[in-house]
Amino acid sequence: MSEKNFDLVVIGGGPGGYVAAIRAAQLGLTVACVEKRGSLGGTCLNVGCIPSKALLHSSHEYWTALNKLAGLGVEVGDVGLNLKTMMAHKDKVVGDLTKGIEFLLSKNKVTYIRGSASLKSATRVAVTLSDGGKESLDARNIIIATGSESVSLPGIKIDEKRVVSSTGALSLNKVPKHLVVIGGGYIGLEMGTVWQRLGARVTVVEFLDRILPGMDGEVSKSFTRMLKKQGFTIRTSTRVTGVKSTGRGATVSVTPAAGGDGEDIKCDAVLVSVGRRPYTDGLGLDKAGVSLDDKGRIKTDRRFATNVPGIYAIGDVIAGPMLAHKASEEGAAAAEIIAGHAAMVNYNAIPGVVYTDPEIATVGKTEEELKAAGTEYTIGKFPLSANSRSRVNDATDGFVKILADSASDQVLGVHIIGAQAGNMIGEAVVALEYGASAEDIARTCHAHPTEMEAIKEAALAAGDGAIHA
Amino acid sequence: MSTNIQVPALGESITEAIIGRWLKKEGDAVAVDEPLVELETDKVTVEVNAPVAGTLGAIAAAEGETVEVGAIIGSIGDGAAADTPPPAAAATAPAASTTPASGGGTVDVGVPILGESVTEAIIGRWLKQTGEAVALDEPLVELETDKVSLEVNAPAAGILARQQAAEGDTVAVGAVIGTISTDGTAATTSAPAAAPAPAEAAPAAAPAPQMSPAVRRLVAENNLDAGRIPATGKGGRLTKADVLAFMKSAPPEPIPAPAAPAPAPAAPAPVERAAREERVRMTPLRRRVAQRLKEAQNTAAMLTTFNEVDMSAMMATRTAYKEVFEKKHGIRLGFMSFFVKAAVTALKDLPAVNGEIDGDDIIYKNYYDIGVAVSTPQGLVVPVVRDCDKLGFAAIEKIIHDLGKRGRDGKLTLGDLTGGTFTLSNGGVFGSLMSTPILNPPQSAILGMHKIQKRPVAIGDDIVIRPMMYLALSYDHRIVDGREAVTFLVRIKECLEDPSRLLLDL
Repeated sequence: MSEKNFDLVVIGGGPGGYVAAIRAAQLGLTVACVEKRGSLGGTCLNVGCIPSKALLHSSHEYWTALNKLAGLGVEVGDVGLNLKTMMAHKDKVVGDLTKGIEFLLSKNKVTYIRGSASLKSATRVAVTLSDGGKESLDARNIIIATGSESVSLPGIKIDEKRVVSSTGALSLNKVPKHLVVIGGGYIGLEMGTVWQRLGARVTVVEFLDRILPGMDGEVSKSFTRMLKKQGFTIRTSTRVTGVKSTGRGATVSVTPAAGGDGEDIKCDAVLVSVGRRPYTDGLGLDKAGVSLDDKGRIKTDRRFATNVPGIYAIGDVIAGPMLAHKASEEGAAAAEIIAGHAAMVNYNAIPGVVYTDPEIATVGKTEEELKAAGTEYTIGKFPLSANSRSRVNDATDGFVKILADSASDQVLGVHIIGAQAGNMIGEAVVALEYGASAEDIARTCHAHPTEMEAIKEAALAAGDGAIHA
Repeated sequence: MSTNIQVPALGESITEAIIGRWLKKEGDAVAVDEPLVELETDKVTVEVNAPVAGTLGAIAAAEGETVEVGAIIGSIGDGAAADTPPPAAAATAPAASTTPASGGGTVDVGVPILGESVTEAIIGRWLKQTGEAVALDEPLVELETDKVSLEVNAPAAGILARQQAAEGDTVAVGAVIGTISTDGTAATTSAPAAAPAPAEAAPAAAPAPQMSPAVRRLVAENNLDAGRIPATGKGGRLTKADVLAFMKSAPPEPIPAPAAPAPAPAAPAPVERAAREERVRMTPLRRRVAQRLKEAQNTAAMLTTFNEVDMSAMMATRTAYKEVFEKKHGIRLGFMSFFVKAAVTALKDLPAVNGEIDGDDIIYKNYYDIGVAVSTPQGLVVPVVRDCDKLGFAAIEKIIHDLGKRGRDGKLTLGDLTGGTFTLSNGGVFGSLMSTPILNPPQSAILGMHKIQKRPVAIGDDIVIRPMMYLALSYDHRIVDGREAVTFLVRIKECLEDPSRLLLDL
């Protein structure tokens, strides 16, 4: 057993862990990053953000070729789908990026240890190496960044072949004729979008009364209409009571959430995307005395410190939105705090993006949250159908909605549905960070012709009125 | 056991003061540091505080009496032994004087010693908000006194847990104005805050960060002085909300224009004011300035004489040498060095202009410390360039540049501001064509410079266009007679119109 000494040991090499490791190394600490997956980048890079975006891109291109090119005067003849090639492209991108992270760690002199870590004490981490053997690391500080894993519904077994989690949904070996997506959150909708574009019929079953719960109500409602127009079947307020899988297909049994007669939905594949839980298995948290909350998340204070001095935690394993960029912000902040600097994460300015078609992106408060808090607000809304670039690109579904404080005009929330929403929200995040008013945005020059102008127009709409609507 | 009350040191070359007003009567109970008596000198009014707590005993000097520095003017009985009042300290930004941490993991932020006889300050602007992370020595809050503004730095790294005084509150030296919570696990506090992550770039006391579009519009439309508006935005920025709140709570002040026309507050009424008037207390700085201005007017027999200067020769000299100058000396060749040198030449010729009336005596000074008026967000300040006769052009430019920067950053010390023998004031930067500057007591004269404007002038019998500047010399006629004042201005004009004279000491 070899012993090594580090200023910081990061357990987990995902977007939280590897960012923390690199930042700490930049600040002069000696750092080790332990990851058992066999590749870096965590859920995000390996079975989450990146592969799903790769498939969303490829499937979008396929759908465009099939449905849109002829109308633009581009004649392509018969459009075919080679799923194997599509998957190979996805795998290549993933592989390239995970190797890229390895390169970044080595460039920053972070010691990458392939193995499974567990805490022996507040300053000692035991690693079972993937290649065999054991290592013991002495750590002045530890950051736990072990992320999360999919959960299922009680009684529903995921086989990753016919009944899949998001991981399996990324690698189906053929396009299902009918895909049932259990859970109307962003993961289910994104994967549903991929397969729907590739030719599947998709039914989304959601227990609550709307899809994308937690998002602004008008956004869920508008987006539901858009999905239905695309051919999705959306069943809200519906509870799943069981899933049966046979050699030939699957059956999803449902009942109305409020009670009533059940019904069976026949399909070829089932995606279970009902949520994720923080992953702390095998970490030895009890050995080190680290406390969890009632949802199984590691308890931390605003400086990411656990109840054990010297042990910190970030990312999906602690409270907060389960987003890669949230984990990265926390990772960098925790590294800076450990290195003796002041750092914090502004949770009011973390954007959320759904990479469907059109995309959805939001940051800040929803109308429901503002109403509940009794805050008086003005709404500035602008439809993309009135935005020139959106018309040029034939992508007019959606709107920009800005919510501003009635008294001070300070921007409190921005909600966008549109093809470029994920990029557009960046401006709103910066505005929120600087406490901008809607007038500030309205008086900032936006290039023409871009979709970004819709943001300026929405800001104008919150004041004296849009120019272009 | 009684403790004497002594007249403290009052400033360089001040040897005596007059008892202005006793604030406490014999027999009154007094607390430690409570102001007892006001002393008046020709430069400042100073309060003497109780060195100990107790009862004010016999008063040894009555109102109106002249007392010397160090004299005993009264005593306090039955006090606990205490130190004499804090010795004069420059009002630079000292590290906060902290009381020891008041509980696990918190450190108090106290009001530090502010300078001789300065006992209180007003909270100008909080640079950090409750809940924000702060690094050791990071500026937390700006305090304003009647002489300077200064910053109080964080005595420890952590998170600003509470602000215990709000902007606009008056706080005493030693008062606790905030607490920093340092709990949470062991981040070492010795970190030299390289780059605190909440992207607070340069310290917010620097020249105000760029205004956002809405703020720009509001400031312009309502003629506001952005520097006076409390800012709560990131990095000390103003938000639209800050400006709206400021407008609701105070009438819009006109931007300071030293002698230009229309000092009237011409600003359109701010949005929705409930009353037709707003009452806002003056800051200590403004109170003090107002007092000194009236003193100047009431004491001196002040007149102003005018002349004009053809700036073309000076501008030609500048144009010819500015690149070489900057290359060699590392500082731009401005106009001020010419004016300072010209002033020194003229002051040497007319010593009364450099003099001072002190009671029944006239003090003629053999040194030339020239004050250069600088406009800062806090108001007009006049830092002094020492021994200008011994300085070259580059040195003068460098010192003025440095003083100006420190003035805008709020970092001028008391020492920077006192002891000048003559003052230069440039109203031209605001557009003033001609004005009557007011004296800077106890000086006997002040030179006002104005806007350079091309005008047709007669040279011989020809009309030519020349870049002209009006000069104004306000002077104390008690010590400077008319002939001397006029001659002084003519000498300045000659030196500026023919810079070779400066070289040849003509």
